[in-house]
Amino acid sequence: MDDDAEIIAEFLVESHENLDQLDRDLVELEQQPGSRERLSSIFRTIHTIKGTSGFLAFNRLEQLTHVGETLLSRLRDGDAVMTPAVTGALLSMVDTVRALLDGIERTGKDTDPTVDVLPLVAVIEGLLEDGLPTTASSSTPPADETSPVDEVSAIDEAAEEPDVSPAASSVAPSNRSDDVPLAAATDVVVDAETPETDAGWDGVDRRTRVESSVRVDIDLLDDLVDLVGELVLTRNQLVQRSLGSADVELVRASQRLDLVASELQESVMKTRMQPIGQVWSKFPRVVRDLSHQLGRDVDLVMEGQETELDRSLLEAVKDPLTHLVRNSLDHGIERPEDRLAAGKSAKGTLSLRAFHESGQVVVEITDDGKGIDPERIAAVALERGVVTRDQLSQMDSREVLGLIFRPGFSTAAAVSNISGRGVGMDVVRTNIERIGGSVDVTSEIGRGTTTRVRIPLTLAIIPALVVGEGEERYAIPQANLVELVRIEGDDLRRQVEDIAGAPVLRLRGKLLPLVSLSEILGGPAPEGESVTVVVLQSDEVRFGLCVSTVFDTQEIVVKPIGRQLKGLAMYAGATIMGDGRVALILDVAGTAVTAGVGSAQQETADTRAVAADDRTALLVLEVADGRRAALPLTAVSRLEEFSQDRIERSGASEVVQYRDGLLPLVRLATAIGLVDTSSRTDQISVVVHETAGAAGGAVGIVIDRVLDVVDVAIVSSHVGRRDGVTGSAVVQDRVTDLVDLAAVVARSGVPA
Amino acid sequence: MSVTATASAGTAVEQYCTFWVADLFFGVAVAEVQEVLRAQPMTPVPRAAGAVTGLINLRGQIVTAVDLRVRLGLPPRASDQLPMNVIVRSRGEVVSLLVDDIGDVIDTAGVDGQPAPANMPRKVQDLVCKERGVLPLADAILLVLDADRAVDVSTASDNPGGTP
Repeated sequence: MDDDAEIIAEFLVESHENLDQLDRDLVELEQQPGSRERLSSIFRTIHTIKGTSGFLAFNRLEQLTHVGETLLSRLRDGDAVMTPAVTGALLSMVDTVRALLDGIERTGKDTDPTVDVLPLVAVIEGLLEDGLPTTASSSTPPADETSPVDEVSAIDEAAEEPDVSPAASSVAPSNRSDDVPLAAATDVVVDAETPETDAGWDGVDRRTRVESSVRVDIDLLDDLVDLVGELVLTRNQLVQRSLGSADVELVRASQRLDLVASELQESVMKTRMQPIGQVWSKFPRVVRDLSHQLGRDVDLVMEGQETELDRSLLEAVKDPLTHLVRNSLDHGIERPEDRLAAGKSAKGTLSLRAFHESGQVVVEITDDGKGIDPERIAAVALERGVVTRDQLSQMDSREVLGLIFRPGFSTAAAVSNISGRGVGMDVVRTNIERIGGSVDVTSEIGRGTTTRVRIPLTLAIIPALVVGEGEERYAIPQANLVELVRIEGDDLRRQVEDIAGAPVLRLRGKLLPLVSLSEILGGPAPEGESVTVVVLQSDEVRFGLCVSTVFDTQEIVVKPIGRQLKGLAMYAGATIMGDGRVALILDVAGTAVTAGVGSAQQETADTRAVAADDRTALLVLEVADGRRAALPLTAVSRLEEFSQDRIERSGASEVVQYRDGLLPLVRLATAIGLVDTSSRTDQISVVVHETAGAAGGAVGIVIDRVLDVVDVAIVSSHVGRRDGVTGSAVVQDRVTDLVDLAAVVARSGVPA
Repeated sequence: MSVTATASAGTAVEQYCTFWVADLFFGVAVAEVQEVLRAQPMTPVPRAAGAVTGLINLRGQIVTAVDLRVRLGLPPRASDQLPMNVIVRSRGEVVSLLVDDIGDVIDTAGVDGQPAPANMPRKVQDLVCKERGVLPLADAILLVLDADRAVDVSTASDNPGGTP
């Protein structure tokens, strides 16, 4: 049984990879209908899936891929040509195969009732019966295809061999499967590919790839990275010691160790690297589907697919990049008629470019659409209350464009299902900043827009500036570092001034807010005849951090810190220095918030407070039959389910026995003045809130169900304010009551 | 956790790694203790909760050190007295408990746990394991520490540093 599960898991991984390739191939095939390469590649993929699914008794999957394969073999052999109907059918086949595979992943079977294969099988069979032979028998290729005639005959020759091999391969498993177990059979499927690829165009290419790579468990790679991190630290300690040593052999050995460890580190980091093309592989399909849906005509150009990124980062940028691509299609590139009217070619171009630049990976998403009009952005931002007129008047056009990344901003006149929900761009920015990246936009009206996303190469090892404060050292990620400024004597008096008690530095005509690291860390204000200012940038926020000592820059290994310190936004983690001591890594964005340095445009104290406090993780709940309420996630210690019969009464209140004690229950709906519907099911959902009071008790808040956890900037309104509710906010496009926890807890009789 | 599971786990625990915090004699089930170390170089974490003394480097792993004296509401250690580290595993993380002195590993077979006496300070009661309670041994009274609660500084009411 376990063997089976393993084989199925491997089959799923392989098939998903193949399907991504298939999407790409099909879209390209639509553009070059005669391409034998593409057809062979598609045929092979489907053939492999079919073979394995037959073997694993996924009958519906086999049935579907079988007709698909037949259709493809006709196309490949030149008995049929690509038409939009054929492409559509093949794409739906890919989608359905994917859905079946998802079902297999969940249940281990391909009998998911929500996925219906028969209608699609019928469509493809219909195409096989009537649509295609006519095209083939007429022997007159469509008007736009005169050249492929030669190719068709060429295919005939080449096709002879592949025609034989599928038959041979389908025999092979049945011969062997009696004595050789399943694992061998999957090998057979791979083997079956080879005779085909030999006859095909890219046989050598593919074969070497198969033979020269192995699959490795991600956990193993992560362990390796950890171990190498430790090795590097030990190396640092040893090298430092050996420097003062008179033992020549020791010095030589430690130098060698130094070199080897560096190379090992580099190689191990490389094993986690994957080309960004893996994320991009979905885009041709996304662009094709969207442009059909939106009535756009778009060329997708991709450059630098081979640019590599750490796999954890790749995963993290997938959604933001997809969103940006969708945005370009929806808001950037115009309809063909509008483009012609503007004197551009009807076909728009969306280009993706990835490249390395100063230790970062840059991904540019460029469209030649209508561009972004800063005036329109400004108008909308004013209307939505994203900025005030005063703030706006101080912004240059680049900063105005940056407004599209603010929460609650969206210029789409109508909400479409592609983009324009006003949650997109700020989420894009948050997600990219979370992994230490940044995103900015440049645009020229009428010419197009470029969005530039900068991503660090890896999360595990980063270059950092090490500074000293008091007895301790702190590491500042170099990605946030702009420059170092040292000011002494007279310059100090001239260039550093206090504005209402807040020190600012005149730096080349701009005012830079200054923050003292010592003070942020709870120490005294720095004094003396000189200051060293580390100028830091965290997206829109630029500020100067005054430090007492600057050591050097070095590559540090980022280590996580315990959950006791998770609440401290100032720290991104910790690292181990060459002498074995621990140093904290500053989170520049978190430090800015802690120090109360708002973004450059938000200068007044109260907007700063908003910026600092408003991004909160909320637990969104359903109460009273579809009404939404939210609690701060920090107040939630556990989610529990109790069956109704565990509810007992103690005095006037409901309680359940919980962790050797009693957990008083509060019905949230009742507490916030709604009709309670939480008793409709046999189980009640309870949010356990541990109160901070001296008694240290807990309260169970009874809800209908948990909807989601969201990280949002709350723009709270007093609308809906009542007992138990502090107000309401729009969360995920829905009006949501913000629960007044203290009032709700008070109803349970437990001191808050 | 179900009631039966804790009960059976409770009876299975008979060996405790013991230590002193001021004059209190504590024990943690040996299975929860990873190792015991002398005083380690410590990197303080400004603005962290008061009980978090700092971070130590445990063979390349960064471990948070939580001072049990602070957690128990006891006066700070004398400045010349170096704490010992009891490294425990708690909810998937490794945390160091700073204690005054290390005792033996003792076997408590045959001694039944009793609930913590009600007149003990609240902060001490809080950290005594609810299942095993207090074990009256022949020559001492062993308080069984609830390590998960001891390292959970977020629920502590003392938080002078404050989170921003």
